[in-house]
Amino acid sequence: MGRGPGGLRLGRMAAIEQAEQTETGAAPATAAPAGGAGAPAIEVHDLVKRFGDFAAVDDISFAVEGGEVFAFLGPNGAGKSTTISMLCTLLAPTSGRISVAGHDVVTEPKEVRRRIGLVFQESTLDDQLTAEENLRFHAVLYRVPSEEVEARIDRVLALVDLSDRRKDLVSEFSGGMARRLEIARALLHVPRVLFLDEPTVGLDPQTRALMWEDVLRLRDEAGITVFLTTHYMDEAEYADRIAIIDHGRIVALDSPAALKAAIGADAVDLRTADDEAAATALRAHGYRLEIGEDGIEVFVANGEDEVPALIEAVGVPVSHVHVHRPTLDDVFLHYTGREIREEGGGERPSAMMRARMGGRR
Amino acid sequence: MSVDATPVLLPPAPEADILGEVRTARMVWQRELIRFVRTRTRILTGFIQPILFLLVLGYGMSGLVGETAGFDFKKFVFPGIVAMSVVTTAIFSAISIVWDREFGFLREMLVAPTSRASIAIGKTAGGATVAVLQGTLMLVLAPLVGVHLTVGVVLGVIGIELLMAIALTAFGVFVASRIEKMESFQVVMQLVLFPMLFLSGALFPLNGLPGWLNVLTHLNPLTYAVAPLRQVVFSAQNMPAAAQARFPSHVELFGHVLPIGLDLAIVAAFAVLFVALAVRGLSRTR
Repeated sequence: MGRGPGGLRLGRMAAIEQAEQTETGAAPATAAPAGGAGAPAIEVHDLVKRFGDFAAVDDISFAVEGGEVFAFLGPNGAGKSTTISMLCTLLAPTSGRISVAGHDVVTEPKEVRRRIGLVFQESTLDDQLTAEENLRFHAVLYRVPSEEVEARIDRVLALVDLSDRRKDLVSEFSGGMARRLEIARALLHVPRVLFLDEPTVGLDPQTRALMWEDVLRLRDEAGITVFLTTHYMDEAEYADRIAIIDHGRIVALDSPAALKAAIGADAVDLRTADDEAAATALRAHGYRLEIGEDGIEVFVANGEDEVPALIEAVGVPVSHVHVHRPTLDDVFLHYTGREIREEGGGERPSAMMRARMGGRR
Repeated sequence: MSVDATPVLLPPAPEADILGEVRTARMVWQRELIRFVRTRTRILTGFIQPILFLLVLGYGMSGLVGETAGFDFKKFVFPGIVAMSVVTTAIFSAISIVWDREFGFLREMLVAPTSRASIAIGKTAGGATVAVLQGTLMLVLAPLVGVHLTVGVVLGVIGIELLMAIALTAFGVFVASRIEKMESFQVVMQLVLFPMLFLSGALFPLNGLPGWLNVLTHLNPLTYAVAPLRQVVFSAQNMPAAAQARFPSHVELFGHVLPIGLDLAIVAAFAVLFVALAVRGLSRTR
């Protein structure tokens, strides 16, 4: 395990907390499942959230193990934010049961809040305060014992590499720095579960990668469970498991590798003179495929061997062939029938344009 | 998987958490002060507006009203301007809740495992402190209009300012807790703040008003704060009976002159009511 300076500190923090835990754990009467090994960090049963007639979250169930990085992947409006709001006690479910860190979010919201760290899509820092002041404020809100505050601020700032900006006003921070400070703040009270709602929206790729290094190190060394929502495919790749959510339902849930394997070993991109006709012909031959924005994607066991037979079966001229391993994009397309876009819209721009043109006719 | 190594915060017993709530309120209070000190433009604008009123009303009206036994309208209006400074600062401090909502920091406070009451109380205390500072700052203008101050007067003024600032900041927090958009807060405040100020006796004597206006001034909490403030300031001025009759400083109710203690008790009652509303408002907000 590669341990940077921040990592070392965090390792020590975990050790301290563990020592504290064993101390209390010594009393066998404390049957509270909060720290119980093996208990899932998040358990969701038959969760429903309705706004009027509209079911934003439509009967979902899942469990996240302690120490897992779990991603909710889906387009905007799929129900990701609604779900995370309910998990964080910010929104009451219409029905169903949620327990986070061993506590029910409806009946024991304070107990849950004390054990979770939150990083929202929008910044919740006070930019008129310095980094340190923001952290101190948080320490008080989350009841960090005063004698520990100093040391913990040192640790979390080192972790996100902002120690030298401690006394600077947040208004002078770049977007990436502010986001890292928010993550540091979310860790200040040593949460069991860290919730990240679209954590890297608006960050440059380099900062994104840095942030993910931080998050994965946290998971490895402090055993923190991470629950995140995203509509970035490459971000979901970091997760141990992914739940693909669409129209308020979980349409697939597995590790990234298993999800990709499930749709086929290889994917073949084809561009043809007439995609519709080609797709019909291929389906008639029993191929599994999706029609994407620029061509057809066929899922087969062995792409290279299959290409001649594919071209034979298409029946219309083929202008382009590309064989590759399936990506999460393919997985997403397979389960939702749509491509996910970085901008976050569930609709493909071309489809929208087509609809608009259709309306004018 | 390192489930066994999972750090667990040891939550303090809920009963023993009063200290935590007090720390929270203090922290929210402290934040208001830090922000006040850091935004110097706010201090400046908070100072300039009342000066304008003092110049426009004081000097402008003095010419019209004239002097009675060496006492003029400038001296009469001065305590009112101090009150005005306290009121506007208090209400606009409460605005910061709507501001915090726009910029997200309110969420950081609302999702924390802490009582909303501590946040409401800290916010009210912070806004009130800032308002008292701003109002007291106005006293440096006293020599300019010939108002004589003593240590006793200054202390009395600060005490009354504090009471009215708490009432008005709490009122502002309550209104802000119910409002989601910055624009609506401005509208509400224009509809409430100015009528409240104008109908409080801060800027002109309340005697001889038509009946319906008289009712409004007596329903206005501010009326009962401005009168004591003026009485305390006037107590250090050399005011012959003629001047006292010309420039009254007491609230009359059903033909009775209210004693200063009763005025202050009424303001205190409003303060308690508004703080309760502020706590309730913030507890319900999302």
